Amino acid sequence: MLGMSANSVSYNDQGSVESGVDAAQENSSIPGSISSSSGAAFSLFSADYKKNEDLKEMLESSKESLKLEAMKRIVGLIAKGKNASELFPAVVKNVASKNIELKKLVYVYLVRYAEEQQDLALLSISTFQRALKDPNQLIRASALRVLSSIRVPIIVPIMMLAIKEAATDLSPYVRKTAAHAIQKLYSLDPDQKEHLIEVIEKLLKDKSTLVAGSVVMAFEEVCPDRIDLIHKNYRKLCNLLVDVEEWGQVVIIHMLTRYARTQFVSPWKEDAVFDENSEKAFYDSEEERKVEQSDLYIMDPDHRLLLRNTKPLLQSRNTAVVMAVSQLYWHLAPKHELNIITKSLVRLLRSHREVQYVVLQNIATMSIQRKGMFEPFMKSFYVRSTDATHIKTLKLEILTNLANEANISTILREFQTYVKSQDKAFAAATIQAIGRCATNISEVTDTCLNGLVLLLSNRDETVVAESVVVIKKLLQTQPSQHSDIIKHMAKLFDNITVPMARASILWLMGEYCEHVPKIAPDVLRKMAKTFTNEEDIVKLQIVNLAAKLYLTNSKQTKLLTQYILNLGKYDQNYDIRDRTRFIRQLIVPNEKSGALSKYARRILMAPKPAPVLQSAFKDRDRFQLGTLSHTLNTQASGYLELSDWPAVAPDQSVRNVEVVEPVKEAGAPALRKSKPAKSHEKFYSDSEEEEEEEEEKEGSSSEDSSNSSSEESASESESEENSGDSNRSSSSQSEKSSSESDSEKKKKTLKNKKLQQQKPDSKDRKQKNGNAVKVESRSESESGSESSSSESSSESGSELDSDSDSGTDQKKNTKPKPVQSKAVIKQVEKKEVSLLDLDDFSPAPVTTPKSSILSPNLLSDLQGLLISPTTSALQASFPVFVPETSHELLHRMTGKGLSGQYRFTRQPCIYGNSMVSLQLTLSNSSDQALENIHISEKSSTGQNIHRFNAIERLEPQASVTVSMGIDFNDSTQAANFQLCTKEDEFSVSIQPAVGELLLPITMSEADFTKEQGKLVGMNESSATITMTPENLSSQSVNRKVVSVANIGVIPSSQENIYRFAGKTVSSGSLVLVSVALKDPDAVITINTEKTVMSSMLLRQFKTALTNSGP
Amino acid sequence: MIHSLFLVNASGDIFLEKHWKSVVSRSVCDYFFEALERATEPENVPPVISTPHHYLINVLRHRIYFVAVIQSEVPPLFVIEFLHRVVDTFQDYFGVCTEAAIKDNVVVVYELLEEMLDNGFPLATESNILKELIKPPTILRTVVNTITGSTNVGEQLPTGQLSVVPWRRTGVKYTNNEAYFDVIEEIDAIIDKSGSTITAEIQGVIDACVKLTGMPDLTLSFMNPRLLDDVSFHPCVRFKRWEAERILSFIPPDGNFRLLSYHVSSQNLVAIPVYVKHNISFREGSSQGRFELTLGPKQTMGKAVESVLVSSQLPRGVLNANLNPSQGTYTFDPVTKLLSWDVGKINPQKLPSLKGSMSLQAGASKPDENPTINIQLKIQQLAISGLKVNRLDMYGEKYKPFKGIKYMTKAGKFQVRT
Repeated sequence: MLGMSANSVSYNDQGSVESGVDAAQENSSIPGSISSSSGAAFSLFSADYKKNEDLKEMLESSKESLKLEAMKRIVGLIAKGKNASELFPAVVKNVASKNIELKKLVYVYLVRYAEEQQDLALLSISTFQRALKDPNQLIRASALRVLSSIRVPIIVPIMMLAIKEAATDLSPYVRKTAAHAIQKLYSLDPDQKEHLIEVIEKLLKDKSTLVAGSVVMAFEEVCPDRIDLIHKNYRKLCNLLVDVEEWGQVVIIHMLTRYARTQFVSPWKEDAVFDENSEKAFYDSEEERKVEQSDLYIMDPDHRLLLRNTKPLLQSRNTAVVMAVSQLYWHLAPKHELNIITKSLVRLLRSHREVQYVVLQNIATMSIQRKGMFEPFMKSFYVRSTDATHIKTLKLEILTNLANEANISTILREFQTYVKSQDKAFAAATIQAIGRCATNISEVTDTCLNGLVLLLSNRDETVVAESVVVIKKLLQTQPSQHSDIIKHMAKLFDNITVPMARASILWLMGEYCEHVPKIAPDVLRKMAKTFTNEEDIVKLQIVNLAAKLYLTNSKQTKLLTQYILNLGKYDQNYDIRDRTRFIRQLIVPNEKSGALSKYARRILMAPKPAPVLQSAFKDRDRFQLGTLSHTLNTQASGYLELSDWPAVAPDQSVRNVEVVEPVKEAGAPALRKSKPAKSHEKFYSDSEEEEEEEEEKEGSSSEDSSNSSSEESASESESEENSGDSNRSSSSQSEKSSSESDSEKKKKTLKNKKLQQQKPDSKDRKQKNGNAVKVESRSESESGSESSSSESSSESGSELDSDSDSGTDQKKNTKPKPVQSKAVIKQVEKKEVSLLDLDDFSPAPVTTPKSSILSPNLLSDLQGLLISPTTSALQASFPVFVPETSHELLHRMTGKGLSGQYRFTRQPCIYGNSMVSLQLTLSNSSDQALENIHISEKSSTGQNIHRFNAIERLEPQASVTVSMGIDFNDSTQAANFQLCTKEDEFSVSIQPAVGELLLPITMSEADFTKEQGKLVGMNESSATITMTPENLSSQSVNRKVVSVANIGVIPSSQENIYRFAGKTVSSGSLVLVSVALKDPDAVITINTEKTVMSSMLLRQFKTALTNSGP
Repeated sequence: MIHSLFLVNASGDIFLEKHWKSVVSRSVCDYFFEALERATEPENVPPVISTPHHYLINVLRHRIYFVAVIQSEVPPLFVIEFLHRVVDTFQDYFGVCTEAAIKDNVVVVYELLEEMLDNGFPLATESNILKELIKPPTILRTVVNTITGSTNVGEQLPTGQLSVVPWRRTGVKYTNNEAYFDVIEEIDAIIDKSGSTITAEIQGVIDACVKLTGMPDLTLSFMNPRLLDDVSFHPCVRFKRWEAERILSFIPPDGNFRLLSYHVSSQNLVAIPVYVKHNISFREGSSQGRFELTLGPKQTMGKAVESVLVSSQLPRGVLNANLNPSQGTYTFDPVTKLLSWDVGKINPQKLPSLKGSMSLQAGASKPDENPTINIQLKIQQLAISGLKVNRLDMYGEKYKPFKGIKYMTKAGKFQVRT
């Protein structure tokens, strides 16, 4: 209370002083020039001076509360628009104050007056420079905000430096502020453009949703033409979009609209063909790609990505976002997909008056081109008496646009009530609308005309006048049939007083005098009487009528015409005198009139084109919808033209992010076309799998899957960029975790267990659309899928990305290769979690191993389990024989102590259906522990390799067994890859024996022969060999054969014929082997589509069966 | 983007100005005043006005024009939406958004505007974040601040800014944990002369007041979610969950917020809760007109119709009305010709009526249009569409919150043509 009582004195004289200042300011608009004002003002000036003295004292006092009080009053002055610039020196001293509110108010003051007091403003700069280094991000950000808001050209270099620094700040909030500062600096000094573009380029790469909107705003302001900066960030922006704050969304959507129009080809050409594709696109993004390849119009997957990711935003509460998405769809989507925006736009009509105004304008433009969109919602455009006039006319406009043969009667009935409205301007607009309906829809022209004629007897003049004018226009289009209406109007003529209407009737009489030969002269007679009392426009039309009648019917009207021309000659209005003189020369032949009078009839009675009644919104579509220019129907400054679609799409590979190597991943999507292949996906992605299940259940969640897949790729893009190469991955990873998940992690420990379990899928959670929650809620049945969801989402994401990337080179022999791009830190976390989950680990997933949650150690354990006969219930049959031989991968000499051996487990690979499963035994024969053993991301050959998770540490003399999967793609080409430790990289290769590329299957003998019958000719190869005697027993033949190839034994009813069946791992082609013994010879027959394989197999069988020994 | 903001009161005075870029002279508002003069009604001022160097986008709320000055192309809805958000924030902070309230709290207003826009681009518009940055003024706090010299400005970056749930502040604590949800539906309808419905639709909102400790994760499910045809959400609602299961799953902001607004599909027939019998006639040549109006309940599902207010804009020719209400009170403003009748509750046994005569200007011809009747009403404990909340569950926190759901039906733009 102390502070208040101290102030009360100053408050008292404050009141009078302030009102005085008010007056002074109104006298002189430039506050500084008070000295030049009158004497009265001078006294006020002194009062003003005194008051400021008082504030100055308060500011210079040592009491914080007094200073604050003073600043609050100063801010009050600023708010009222009064000048407080004299206080600048006193205020600027407090810029370094400890009191945060005081400081903020000083900032407000500084920003307001710095431009006027540049020299003094410089005093504050050092404070900000210091604050830019503050550990508190809020203080750093606000320092940058104020510093960049001080519009003093001298500090441009300082600002530039500060922006550059802030752009690399760890806090996304500070980076956001930096993005804002870019625009400020640009407006202060456009010469900095080039440097600023560099910063923008850097910030565009930022992955924080906080920054995205602001930097795109800066981009739009500084360099909207540098579309090339967007390429690499396009997909990221699309994927982040849902999570960006709403204002940023608007800006990004508008920018992406422009971008898309320059980069993609028009989807509007082959709509019909495209129709089904897009339907599928929602359900299965992989399939979309397949189908598109074969079709005429191929929508770029990136184009689709944009449409898909913006769609949920139609549900935003922010009207600007909804409008932005609507315009995006309008300008980018195939026409048949447009209808989804209708509901949302109609919903906006419930919003505030101003929102309605803008939205209605846009709907008006849309409804001209596409009636069908809004026709079902026609009733939403019915006018209410409480609507503002501009809303009413817009609704009327839309109703008119929507009118067609089917609904015209409803609309006309509605119009009838509008005509009676008290708002006469609106009633007049309605009559015009009726006129438009009448011309557009020929069926109702007569009805409309009759209705309008009825309105002629309306009591209200404006209504009548408007009706006459509209009737005139209507009659002009088809005069011959309507002589009776002209007659009717002639009868009404006496009652009509509005000049425009009278003039219109007279014009009609003259124009169509031949249709009403009896009435027209009579009207002219009447008009001759009242000529002098008429309005000017009426007089002009009387003269016109007279002239026309003179030409057509001079017998009856000659005298009348001359009378009228004489009246006109002496009229007060020079226009009428002029016209009269002109007409007289034209029509009355005399010696002076030259050639012109010969053509008088042709001049006056020329057929005149009927006026076109069209919408005022006809040409508005030249502007991008939702823009200010569209609303104003003039080009606003800074409007960026929406370019036309390019005829040929520019190179789409520019959008590929360079770090990614999944150029070779194209094989994977190709595999997914069939249903069984889908189960294959489950290995990669829990969430994706879930979607599928949902789809099956719901059958309707089309965009669900599309959304989530986009989300996944969102998370993927992060992880993938992090994984550029092994060295970088760890560093970027740690940076990422510090910048993004740091706070989360801290929180994590504090939260209760439930939340903690949710944390691993924080990526999903960030998407806030509930996917993550689903995972959580179903976790019990799905055995710990929550623990792995972050992993799986990143993996599935990479799959997805492969889909979009593969557009560039999708070749048959390229192979899928799941990117396993996690770095060490993550894995440590994951292992912990998965261990936790072992508690509720049920045996169910063992038989159908579908999740990638299994850590490598667990995997090898499980494989041991699989070998036991209890778990042989696999689709394919169980391998008859598993060779124990292992092959050397890496010798300990070349491996500097690390040695590796591999062997084929002959199990169906749990990582992928097309992969061959391998067991890798790594041992450390050196005397130092080896760290971080992993397979590098790079692969020299095209095989798709499922890597084992990195082994953190391998103690000396210890060994570890891990499993991995390789897709050899049914060829014996060696898989080369790099086995890396922390220090070293070793090139290793795995050369599969042809027999390991098979999986055993079982079938009945009958089926075998049937299949064999299909695979003859080219597909059959056989050889005759001489068997060594010890091989003649059935057991030994079987053993020999299955040791060479992983195939199953088919029970045979014939003695001496042994049959074996298998399928290739990748393509699943059948391989049928039969050995017929004809003592001592044997005929080996192999039937398969894979001829190369069969010849290789044949050779190996030959050696195996001819050799003796086991 | 947004260059400056001017606040103009009903009498056309600028009482507050704020600039985010270099100062724009307030003379730019002259163009606005011109438009204001031209407009017959305050609502008729065009929302977007073009001037030689600037564009003015204005919003009228609580009889205050919020005039934003724009210099270059920007989506107009962006600005309009933002201005409305400003008004909402003021209302949130000061309870009312009046000229007096703004003038009294000019410092807070300035601090708010400073935080909401940076260089004309929205920075923080989420109420929870703003409240952490700038504490709303209360009498107690004002006194405390004066004594202790402490401030109502937060020193830390609101945690929400950086978190994955930017709409919720962290560290929320309540002793009574409560979550209230109001399902409010409005009927928009046009009824024609004969009493038949020309168009009727139901728009609804769910407003929530959630005061829960910690980070609760709520789910709200409906008995009949298929009723909802078109919805728009608060950003906190997980869209995908809704798409898949029709369940609202969200981490709520702290305090009051609008969770959802929805539109009930137009296929459903809309129940019209009241009917109006009217007889308004003017005789030719006479300076008297007859006015009779009777209201009655129609489809109210057994609930009472309350707070009924009838208003009508009578034709310009009417000089005065001499009416006799069977209940409630009526007023007639001879200047604006606005008749309003505060009926109150409709008693089905004794229907309210308003009868009497109107005197017309002598010699004026009879008005050719009968006035439209606007009706406002409230029905408690009823959502007219039949929407019902099934259950509300909370996850993520241990305590048991108190939950409450209230239904209400109101008339929105409910008009009867006569």
